[in-house]
Amino acid sequence: MADFVSGFWNAYVMVLVFLSIGFCVFVLVSNMTKRTSGPVGLHDHIWDETLQEYNNPLPRWWMYMFWITIVFAITYLAMYPGFGNNQGKLGWSAAGQWEAEQKAAAEKYGPIFAKYGAMDLNAVAADKEANAMGQRLFLTYCAQCHGADAKGAKGFPNLTDADWLYGGEPETIKTTVLGGRQGMMPPFGPALGAEGTKDVANFVRSLSGLAHDSLRAQRGKELFGQNCAACHGPEGKGMAAVGAPNLTDKTWLYGSSEATIIETVTNGRVNQMPAFKEFLGEDKVHLLAGYVLSLSKSSTPAEGKQ
Amino acid sequence: MAQSNHDFIERKVGWLIVFTLMTVSVGGLVEIVPLFYQKSTTTPVEGLKPYDPVRLVGRDIYIREGCYNCHSQMIRPFRAETERYGHYSVAGEYVYDHPFQWGSKRTGPDLHRVGGRYSDQWHRIHLINPRDVVPESNMPAFPWLDRPAKIDDIEAKMTALRKVGVPYSDEEIAGARKALEGKTELDTLVAYLQGLGTALQAGKQVAAAPAVAPAAASEKQ
Repeated sequence: MADFVSGFWNAYVMVLVFLSIGFCVFVLVSNMTKRTSGPVGLHDHIWDETLQEYNNPLPRWWMYMFWITIVFAITYLAMYPGFGNNQGKLGWSAAGQWEAEQKAAAEKYGPIFAKYGAMDLNAVAADKEANAMGQRLFLTYCAQCHGADAKGAKGFPNLTDADWLYGGEPETIKTTVLGGRQGMMPPFGPALGAEGTKDVANFVRSLSGLAHDSLRAQRGKELFGQNCAACHGPEGKGMAAVGAPNLTDKTWLYGSSEATIIETVTNGRVNQMPAFKEFLGEDKVHLLAGYVLSLSKSSTPAEGKQ
Repeated sequence: MAQSNHDFIERKVGWLIVFTLMTVSVGGLVEIVPLFYQKSTTTPVEGLKPYDPVRLVGRDIYIREGCYNCHSQMIRPFRAETERYGHYSVAGEYVYDHPFQWGSKRTGPDLHRVGGRYSDQWHRIHLINPRDVVPESNMPAFPWLDRPAKIDDIEAKMTALRKVGVPYSDEEIAGARKALEGKTELDTLVAYLQGLGTALQAGKQVAAAPAVAPAAASEKQ
């Protein structure tokens, strides 16, 4: 337990502990008074002219409590770490207790995780019990960003629709949770200029049938082809391999207003999903991926946030 | 005879004070003083680096805003905690913390392993207004953090920390101001949070703990 830099500290603790307990014993023994029959004497201290106290011995049960504490201390130090470097008979340690807890949990829950781990993700998504477990995991680890209802927020994808930045294949979802994602749209403000940015924004709005200035959209179309099509595709349908969103649907990660699109194009966007492989491990991620899959399966493709 | 013993202590106030001090100091002498001479409490874990100037400033903002009132930085070795927060904390992770931010109350979650758990962007939104990302959150908003960080005392801070044992080099102290140029308080605080508890994962895992066992909780909560 203790890993002192020198043996001195081991001896130091032992000596002080020994002296403390010894001193308690000494005080107890030296202050014991014999219980005598007949009248007991008085303390010689007098308060308020006439007030005096009987010099009765302590009640037995009270005295025994003191002895019990001493016996407890010695027993404790024999069983548990505390007496210098002494490990104690039980060999207890905080880390050891934690490992035992982990082991017990692995025995209890291991088979459940193994059962679902061996199942195909689609099957996991269809399993009620697996989804109940997945939901609890989701609320603990994922809800802070994606929301308790998994509908996301500005900048944090909605997981309940059928629209996916990196693809909605079961294995892709699992890969996303395990390894995280680094989304990056570079800033185009300097390249396009304020007017160009506005033109592109209008064209982008036209792609999903939102109100737009058709003249600007016309101009923006050309700029889009030169600057944006590499990732978002010539038709703006996006590219799952790099996480470039489809611009022709009704799903917007940051918002579809002209101002928001201009902001996005001008400054770019950096978005990150942290990796969970090391923290959660394969088994839990498998259940989580199944749960997320089940969420989007129960929705219709047309659904989405504005 | 027994009478004279406590008569002596009760009537001589000077001796009463001396004996009282001796009695209460034993606990500290046995339980606190030896901790300063233990390897596990004085040796940094592998991979632990002193806070760079940006994180150091962020840490002071963490303290200024009283984050420790609601957030602890100490994951105890219980399964319920390691399931939620990650590997339990070890003493060697706090060697460069003066003072450490263990805290004593969790109105919010423990933050000792919050580094890398969320994106920078999430932290920014969340600090400015927690309800924007977690609607049910009761954490106060800190909208004023988006302002330039105070950096004119950074050298003095680092020099003071060096005096208590944080190994900053002269170059690091000289370059501190440059590293902080243009940083907002928000930047520094996010940098601090993103670095929390990452040393243990980056360095070697403590021998006793091969990455938290995969089998896990579902029944709890």
